[in-house]
Amino acid sequence: METAMSSSNNLTDFIFGRLSWNALPFHEPILVVTFIAVALGGIAVVGALTYFRLWGYLWKEWFTSVDHKKIGIMYVVLALVMLMRGFADAVMMRTQQAIAFGANEGYLPPHHYDQVFTAHGVIMIFFMAMPFVTGIMNYVVPLQIGARDVSFPFLNNFSFWMTTAGAVIIMMSLFIGEFARTGWLAYPPLSGADYSPGVGVDYYIWGLQVAGVGTTLSGINLIATIVKMRAPGMTMMKMPVFTWTSLCTNVLIVATFPILTATLVLLTLDRYVGTHFFTNDLGGNPMMYVNLIWIWGHPEVYILILPAFGIFSEVVASFTGKRLFGYASMVYATVVITILSYLVWLHHFFTMGSGASVNAFFGITTMIISIPTGAKMFNWLFTMYRGRIRYEPPMLWTIGFMLTFVIGGMTGVMLAVPPADFVLHNSLFLIAHFHNVIIGGVVFGLLAGVNYWFPKAFGYKLDPFWGKMSFWFWQIGFWFAFAPLYVLGLMGVTRRVNHFEDASLQIWFVIAAFGAFLIALGIASFVIQLIVSFLKRDQLRDTTGDPWDARTLEWSTSSPPPDYNFAFTPVVHDHDSWYDMKRRGYVRPLEGFKPIHMPKNTGTGVILSGLSVALAFGLIWYMWWLAALSFLGIIVVAIAHTFNYKRDFYIPVETVTTTENARTKQLAEQA
Amino acid sequence: MSSHPEAPAHESAHNTHHAHSHGHEAAHGSFKSYMTGFILSVILTAIPFWLVMNNVIDSKAATASIIMILGAVQVVVHMIYFLHMNAKSEGGWTMLALIFTIIIVVIAMAGSLWVMHHLNANMMPMSPEMMKNMP
Repeated sequence: METAMSSSNNLTDFIFGRLSWNALPFHEPILVVTFIAVALGGIAVVGALTYFRLWGYLWKEWFTSVDHKKIGIMYVVLALVMLMRGFADAVMMRTQQAIAFGANEGYLPPHHYDQVFTAHGVIMIFFMAMPFVTGIMNYVVPLQIGARDVSFPFLNNFSFWMTTAGAVIIMMSLFIGEFARTGWLAYPPLSGADYSPGVGVDYYIWGLQVAGVGTTLSGINLIATIVKMRAPGMTMMKMPVFTWTSLCTNVLIVATFPILTATLVLLTLDRYVGTHFFTNDLGGNPMMYVNLIWIWGHPEVYILILPAFGIFSEVVASFTGKRLFGYASMVYATVVITILSYLVWLHHFFTMGSGASVNAFFGITTMIISIPTGAKMFNWLFTMYRGRIRYEPPMLWTIGFMLTFVIGGMTGVMLAVPPADFVLHNSLFLIAHFHNVIIGGVVFGLLAGVNYWFPKAFGYKLDPFWGKMSFWFWQIGFWFAFAPLYVLGLMGVTRRVNHFEDASLQIWFVIAAFGAFLIALGIASFVIQLIVSFLKRDQLRDTTGDPWDARTLEWSTSSPPPDYNFAFTPVVHDHDSWYDMKRRGYVRPLEGFKPIHMPKNTGTGVILSGLSVALAFGLIWYMWWLAALSFLGIIVVAIAHTFNYKRDFYIPVETVTTTENARTKQLAEQA
Repeated sequence: MSSHPEAPAHESAHNTHHAHSHGHEAAHGSFKSYMTGFILSVILTAIPFWLVMNNVIDSKAATASIIMILGAVQVVVHMIYFLHMNAKSEGGWTMLALIFTIIIVVIAMAGSLWVMHHLNANMMPMSPEMMKNMP
């Protein structure tokens, strides 16, 4: 009898590993309600897609697409979905901190609160900001350099689906098991097997590793695209500034993400096979993890901000109707930031005890990096000086950025002074600083980019009224939410605390929560902006392809561009090439079209990413059979894909002619 | 044509404008060069094994340094014979990428050694006597 019991237990263990009914959070009312809401929403979406028979369309036109434009849009959709999740976490934290004083314990117990702040950081950086940046680069870069797609179109689709797989793995932790309680960088020894024995850190590791594959490959892809596929005549110093910042960002991605991967592999070995790289005993050294993770982590923030700088450069030039001031200095500043971003990582752990010489070196390099950044700021100001500024939403976001980011930069220089950092380290002052630069820089930049390139992607402008509402709610909400944190940080309040005793602090947290509420209105306005613009799309329609009277090549084709982007590859003579073409009275060619060679859609990316989710799930829950099978599956599918020789096709010349003639007619009608 | 399906836009650009040169002229290597690379790699791998298995040199530090050096040499062998890198391939881009890689690796390794040396000296477990003398 007993043997029968234990053998059935063995079988259950073999099949389910660590997974059991206890892993499902029935005892957490918040999660149960969230799950019901998500499930109902999911059922509604699936039902609608089935009812309107959209599955086939989505699969054929989007999921399997290798078109850089569609992949770019899918990245941005992923980023917006994850923004909602990450922001929900932020609201939970703000609410908890606003009420949890004295006798009131708040509504989030510590073990849940710790998961929330970890998830917030991980999601906002890896699954909101990164896909958003990659999506915009994917959409815009090939158009800006006059190419028809990226260098490796299938790889692009695969990268997107790997990023999505990472996001799926992180999202699964919400309802199956738990997420890490370690903070967004999972420092050992806390993240080691001794102190975090559950599945939380494993979800973290495998989610990031799977998404990391996508990020690295998309970095390689975009570098190859920019280096090899520029239109004839476009030398490096004639590339648009956004393309330059994208190039530098992708160089940083390719150079740093392997360090993250390797560091997480070492942590994985500590957790899974009992090595001692980062443990407290047997020769391990947790400080090495902190060192390595920041060699990746600091360049990472420049990976996010450089494309935003590029977006602002394009927007400022377009909306002031002037050539960008100091193009060459802009390029050099970008390159200098790229290199310097590698020499500052220790400023994240001045307090760990490196001593005076090391701290002084990294403090000084950190201060130096503000010089090229400041040069950029002056370039934008001088571009605006005596320009004919049009205050459309992209320009508003840019001005909002300049005001907000400068303050974030100044608090950054304060934190770069090692003695000051000993006071401010891990305080809410630091939290306020990096939200100041990430929201004020990256998020504002991405929203400027969305407002700027939306008409290119969808053929109609975004509604300016709701765009302005969104801008003002975000801008004011930002200061309400984070100015109190600067104050609290200077008073010595540390981060990641879920309950306070000193009632005099409460008012500041209430103000911060009000700021979060204003930002919520800003996000809601953005969603309304999308809906209203869709409903009013006939009034907002862009028939010219160049709604802002802009200066770079993406505006020379129709909105939205045809599948092949350009019927003829443009020839470039100047760095504002479209402005140059308009000035010289460029005439669109009307005949002599040729069939266009294009890559074919493939479902391999979706399949590989699905198998990767299964692999990660197996590894997280110790279901070794699932891990082994899905790993084998990945190898087999990848090899089978190399035998697929039907990868390309020609768009027939008739189709090209019809498309181009339709555009000729459209242009003639409005002239 | 379908042997390079990953670069369609590129190729049609090439067909339209015959001026646009691209990197296919980079050497793909001959049987001889692959064999040279392979044999060199085997030798460079066998020597460290021999050094460790037979305890040829007494000093562990010397053995470790020799292995590191041979490893570095092998990296160069791979780059020349398997990755076909030289100063001119791909219009100098591979060289530029290599220089960038070396800079990054040197920064990361030298920086880590420097930082970790200091951290180790300042922060790693101390004896009770040392603790007593701490300020």
